[in-house]
Amino acid sequence: MQAQLEGSQAVARAVALCRPDVVCAYPISPQTHIIEALGALVKSGQLDAEFVNADSEFSALSVTIGASAVGARAYTATASQGLLFMMEAVYNAAGLGLPIVLTLANRAIGAPINIWNDHSDAMSVRDSGWVQLFAETNQDAIDLHILAVALAEELSVPVMVNVDGFILTHSIERVDLPSADEVDSLVPPYLPRQSLDPLDPVSIGAMVGPEAFTEVRYLAQVRLQRALDVIPRLGEHHLEVLGRSSGHLVQGYHLDDAEVVVVAMGSVLGTIKDVVDDLRANGEKMGVLSITCFRPFPAEAVRRALERATRVVVIEKAFSIGYGGILSTDIALALRGRSTPIHEVIAGLGGRPVWADSLRETFLAALEGTLVETTFLDLDHSLVDGELARVAQRRRSGPAAENVLRDLEMSRRDS
Amino acid sequence: MSTERTPVRFYQVGSFAVGNRLVELERRSAQSDPTRANSLTSGHRACAGCGEALGARYALDAAMRASDHQLVAVNATGCLEVFSTPYPETSWRLPWLHSLFGNAAAVATGVAAGLRATGRGHVRVVAQGGDGGTADIGLGPLSGMFERNDDVLYICYDNEAYMNTGVQRSGTTPGAARTATTEAVGEHPGNRFGQGKDLPRLAMAHEIPYVATATVADLFDLESKVERAMEISGSRYLHILVPCPLGWGSVSSDTIRLARLAHQTGLFPVFEARDGDVSAVTPIRHPEPVESYLRLQKRFAHLFTREGEVADRATVARIQAQASRNITRYGLLGRDDD
Repeated sequence: MQAQLEGSQAVARAVALCRPDVVCAYPISPQTHIIEALGALVKSGQLDAEFVNADSEFSALSVTIGASAVGARAYTATASQGLLFMMEAVYNAAGLGLPIVLTLANRAIGAPINIWNDHSDAMSVRDSGWVQLFAETNQDAIDLHILAVALAEELSVPVMVNVDGFILTHSIERVDLPSADEVDSLVPPYLPRQSLDPLDPVSIGAMVGPEAFTEVRYLAQVRLQRALDVIPRLGEHHLEVLGRSSGHLVQGYHLDDAEVVVVAMGSVLGTIKDVVDDLRANGEKMGVLSITCFRPFPAEAVRRALERATRVVVIEKAFSIGYGGILSTDIALALRGRSTPIHEVIAGLGGRPVWADSLRETFLAALEGTLVETTFLDLDHSLVDGELARVAQRRRSGPAAENVLRDLEMSRRDS
Repeated sequence: MSTERTPVRFYQVGSFAVGNRLVELERRSAQSDPTRANSLTSGHRACAGCGEALGARYALDAAMRASDHQLVAVNATGCLEVFSTPYPETSWRLPWLHSLFGNAAAVATGVAAGLRATGRGHVRVVAQGGDGGTADIGLGPLSGMFERNDDVLYICYDNEAYMNTGVQRSGTTPGAARTATTEAVGEHPGNRFGQGKDLPRLAMAHEIPYVATATVADLFDLESKVERAMEISGSRYLHILVPCPLGWGSVSSDTIRLARLAHQTGLFPVFEARDGDVSAVTPIRHPEPVESYLRLQKRFAHLFTREGEVADRATVARIQAQASRNITRYGLLGRDDD
């Protein structure tokens, strides 16, 4: 069914179509519209599920852990600080192998507090044992949630669907919402691998010492890596049923002849592709590689996709403070043994718009071979230099964020 | 299923540790009743004289009886979790889940919601944790569970400190008690006096349908409170005082005596509350001064001389005043109301 929907509404409808048994919610921007919509579906009787208003994100994920452990299909959503607040449960859900599906409405992490989009939250749980999928469009967001439920339950692992906060969650666009029958054929009934059942009592969550911890972790690695086979298989099923598929690990765009390839995740790919289209019209041999599955990292697929690339530009909405790009580090590892130069471009932090003009300039520099190793896209050097000078001059230089904001206001007044 | 005889596994054959389960039926103690669920069965790693193991065994067996064995247990991290499930062994003979230290109440909420949503609403849910997991790190989720009136019986086994990590102070550690983080040194040895976290009263403030306290000195009372709790749906809270020989510095054989003295001194009021109001109290029949309770525990040794005389009269008087306040507040001595 074609519909003009807000991204959050689209995600909520997709989740509802997957027939969750338990939906647990704690509000945080920009995730709120998703859980509000699901709450309304439950309250109005359109979705037959338990809806629990939790007292924190830590509780919200814990509620889904309990529900999942008794064999119920459980869902929650969060963002940013909320994900950090539930961090202990994030690792726990993965460690216990519970197939929970979570929407992460990607948002920056404070301080300074910032409600706008970037990927810092997703990167903070990179190593937790969850599958992490990234939606490029709202259609992707719908289809990836449907895929996520089937994937989680087949492998008994939790899956996080990353949807760019505001950019996708709050934008209204035309999407195709699958029918209930279509979703039912894509998401089979849940048959848990483990379940708390009085007729067959098991203990879940035992203490494991050095004698077996490595083995349990190794098995988690094996289990998660199976997603690299299962996602494309589920994607083919999507193609059969829906006539389209978001179920791929990576997706190439003009990679056949591309020399410079731009790699990115999420909604920024739309702008990137527009710019690449323009440059290609001018005869530039550029291509794009979208990473849909970030964890487990599809190193082999990346390696193959970048076989012909002579230069790689990674646009990423997060970085590891003290080192640099996170996705670009993974790309570099995937290309081990090759000499392909890799450039990291940190962009769109805390909701900073990623302008097509800025990308064009960056890509042209890459084509000319003049792009530096690390770029902070559209960094206001005068602001940064002002604060660095202040810090050098005075011991008691004050809070950096407030200083920068004041300088910014002053420079606006001057101009 | 409840009358089915459960097979008994003997780990200490030849001793009385399995509750006389080797002798003929009519000579057995209540502990070795063949109809017991033995939810927490023998062979676990609890210390000798562990009040928590005793409390958990009786509470869960009573809950199993009351639910006709249709029960799921959720456990917070802590001694009970660690001593019962050293991988790959488990002492639990009911479906049991351990997630984290601070989230047992929320996980139990999820278990109840998941069971209801999948058509198994008749299966009941118990959450259990120690005082640290309940009063401190898990208080937020617990309060949320109470406020939503989720259908869970939460049992707190209170031994008044973080015993699993080596006896550090918790929100329920009493004033003057020595713990590893409230050392018996300086001008005011032991824990500072404060209001403490009175969990049963915090639970009552949520006006949940049932709140009760119990000790391992009166196991019939404990069992009957679990049974009453299981008759009710919604949030229920049971707070059980469980002496800890290791953390309290008491003799293993004094566990029951200490639990009884905690009640008889008035330091641990035993009562029930319905919908936020106290509905019944267990009166103190043989009142005892707090000294007789304190003297048996090394955590209070700094209050006494080597000969057992009171050395710190002011502190003992202060503890006595707390006991007296409880006696007045709950009417533990007066039979006028009855």
